[in-house]
Amino acid sequence: MKNVDLVIVGGGPAGLAAAISAKENGIDSILIIERDKELGGILNQCIHNGFGLHTFKEELTGPEYAARFIAEAKKLNIKYILNTMVMEIGSDKKITAMNRSEGLFEIQAKAVVLAMGCRERSRGALNIPGYRPAGIYSAGTAQRLVNMEGYMPGKEVVILGSGDIGLIMARRMTLEGAKVKVVAELMPYSGGLKRNIVQCLNDFDIPLKLSHTVVDIEGKERVEAVTIAEVGPDRRPIAGTEERYTCDTLLLSCGLIPENELSRGAGVELSRITSGPVVNESLETNIEGIFACGNVLHVHDLVDYVSEEAKNAGKNAAAYIQNGAARDTRTIAINPTGGVRYTVPSTIRPDRMDDTLTVRFRVGDVYKNYSIVTYFDEEKISERKRPVMAPGEMEQVILKKADLLERPGLKTVTITVEGA
Amino acid sequence: MYDVAIIGAGVVGSAIARELSRYDVKACVVERDEDVCTGTSKANSAIVHAGFDAEPGTLKAQLNVKGNAMMDDIAKNLDVPFRRNGSLVVRTKEQDRAGLEKLLEKGEKNGVPGLKLLSEEELRKLEPNLADDVVEAMFAPTGGIVCPFHLTMAYAENAVENGVEFFLNTELTSLKSKGDHFLLETANPAHASIEAKTVVNAAGVYADWVNNQLSEKKLHITARKGEYMLLDKTAGAHVDHTIFQLPGKMGKGVLVTPTVHGNLLVGPTATDIENKEGVNTTLDGLDQVTAKSALSVKNLPLREVITSFAGLRAHEDSDDFIIGEAEDVPGFFNAAGIESPGLSSAPAIGVMVADLLRDKLSLSAKSDFKETRKGIVRPSELSAEEQNRLIKENPAYGNIICRCEMITEGEILDAIHRPLGARSLDGVKRRTRAGMGRCQSGFCSPRTMEILEREVPMDIYAISKSGGKSTFVVGKNKEIGRADS
Repeated sequence: MKNVDLVIVGGGPAGLAAAISAKENGIDSILIIERDKELGGILNQCIHNGFGLHTFKEELTGPEYAARFIAEAKKLNIKYILNTMVMEIGSDKKITAMNRSEGLFEIQAKAVVLAMGCRERSRGALNIPGYRPAGIYSAGTAQRLVNMEGYMPGKEVVILGSGDIGLIMARRMTLEGAKVKVVAELMPYSGGLKRNIVQCLNDFDIPLKLSHTVVDIEGKERVEAVTIAEVGPDRRPIAGTEERYTCDTLLLSCGLIPENELSRGAGVELSRITSGPVVNESLETNIEGIFACGNVLHVHDLVDYVSEEAKNAGKNAAAYIQNGAARDTRTIAINPTGGVRYTVPSTIRPDRMDDTLTVRFRVGDVYKNYSIVTYFDEEKISERKRPVMAPGEMEQVILKKADLLERPGLKTVTITVEGA
Repeated sequence: MYDVAIIGAGVVGSAIARELSRYDVKACVVERDEDVCTGTSKANSAIVHAGFDAEPGTLKAQLNVKGNAMMDDIAKNLDVPFRRNGSLVVRTKEQDRAGLEKLLEKGEKNGVPGLKLLSEEELRKLEPNLADDVVEAMFAPTGGIVCPFHLTMAYAENAVENGVEFFLNTELTSLKSKGDHFLLETANPAHASIEAKTVVNAAGVYADWVNNQLSEKKLHITARKGEYMLLDKTAGAHVDHTIFQLPGKMGKGVLVTPTVHGNLLVGPTATDIENKEGVNTTLDGLDQVTAKSALSVKNLPLREVITSFAGLRAHEDSDDFIIGEAEDVPGFFNAAGIESPGLSSAPAIGVMVADLLRDKLSLSAKSDFKETRKGIVRPSELSAEEQNRLIKENPAYGNIICRCEMITEGEILDAIHRPLGARSLDGVKRRTRAGMGRCQSGFCSPRTMEILEREVPMDIYAISKSGGKSTFVVGKNKEIGRADS
């Protein structure tokens, strides 16, 4: 069995940033395990631009953004293995992996960073009625076919779900010569970023139908038509509102699910809201020395935030390796309430936090002219007005360590949204 | 001239082909679709029924109990996943005990071993997730679960190894009697006409059409649709037994069962439909499955659904299997109306029809019959040492293609290169489970396409989900919008 100080599971943007940060914080023995044939993760198929505005103050494509981190990791001589699947992670941080040349092998790590990313919600998970022909793709699968293999999955397209990948693919398929007829979204608001609605749908005259869903798929061999209908407040289809679109392709962009099968095997506690691990301020899970970052933790809108979060995970993993576990220390719970669906992290140990801590969260509905309000127990600490908040855009609150240390009796930080 | 032409490569046709291949015989199986196991055999409850349900004296009752008893040997010899998890038929407090007692009596008449009633207390110990209203159940220890794909494919592969020819993509267009033999015409130019001394009709929902080409004793088969939901393996242990409902106010009820691969299956509905290709799910059907399942099992984690599907039962008006030589057409044998418990009965139907053919054609046993068949090696079922030996011999076993089900490239290569090898993504999926997991092939489908393209080899534009027009890609980037494309 090999021994490695820090094993990072996944060589996408989260894994790369975590590795770089751990190295910069003094850890030399690092191994990134990547299942694909190259580093970079899903960014390699995201050839559109818009990445890196926060991190590099310029607009990069996905592969360009990844390339900068890959170059940095290589410059720092961080070890990585490709084409290798992690099969199991033990709560003792023993990792079982497999590839063609080494077969099954074990690595004992001192700390582990989970950076496996997420997967797309499938047609099956959405329980869409109808036939099960070819021509139904998740938006990401279509993206891979078009951007990496160079093949078009269809000519006439209906898209269900207004997640960012679906919006990006609406534009992409249009540019490649397909006709995108409509984007239907179950919710009364879009699941994607506002800028993607404008740049990917509005600019190409692709209609977005909110509060609509697919109620039938026709075609026994290949998709022949898709029927969409309006839904009521209960999200059930309203009879009589059906519209039938002939098409050969249905793309699904209905949400991303953190891939935590390995985490579950390690005994990591998962949140029912995010489907990601429950973590503290150090992005450490309930299993000591196992950290999580990126889309395996919670689904992000922007890779820049992933990089920032992963940098913290890498730094904290380094500190864990150097200093061992934290002694029993005061833990404060973060209580998401009143429209705030969850927060990452969900607990804070003030002794262990940096001078500031960015708490990220999503709201469960669209809020116009609401404020994000933070309470320390009953005491209102901050209030920030937001013209619009929507589930498709991640929000944040920044907590100061000094404020927490000043209040030794503090039990709960409440984050909520409040109307005028 | 074939001695026997079997129409249909579902579990019944394949089981007959395999049992027939024990004898010196020239036989073929004619199948419309691009693979075996594409009709009723692929979309059902995957249950090996104990046999208490059918009316005593019927073929359904006899063959079910017989087929059930044969399943251990078949599963062992043909390397098919099978488990006797036991069945429970539960009654709720609104239902009286007489229903269960009647069922028990019927089961005993049918010769089902080990049936007994279990009290609520005993039940709760066995199955803590039974609905609160459940008060009693009948326990059938011989009930089991099987992989219907593997059972069908195992029969078909073993039949091929023993000399039976399978003609896939070969849709029967006409069937005529030519006095001392039959003429089958098909839509496949490679096998446009097939002559056979005898014909076996195992055509599933189309068995009435096949029969009615030749026989004056007309059959009428109704496609009875059943819709199902399949849940992730994280929900697979929600119940351990197969939970049936005693028929009640809401009809026959639905079952909740683990699958032999560790998922949880919920369904089916029962709706008679006109369209024999109508394997679409419906909003109403899926709602029914949801509502009815709650009558017997509580806290079903329905958010863990990974797919839903519908299958068609071949229901004949007589309400029993129609098996045997047609009275007015010597040499024409029916295996028609094979609805539930068809899968459970298939081993017995195979032997029954093969015996009839043996007697009809005076066949003699083959000296070199291969009784066993090896399935695809599943590295995940091997020890680490064994896996490493396998990977050393063939590194493809170290390369995971389907990350949800942890299926290696080695297994996919085996699925492609074995007898009746996979030629489509569904073919690969049913043989290996690649694409059958929680992401439903989102990640592995482009990779499996690459492997099919390289290994068969086949054109990328011909690679399909399930043959015919079910292809995946329509052109290269930028080419499809052009006027000439």
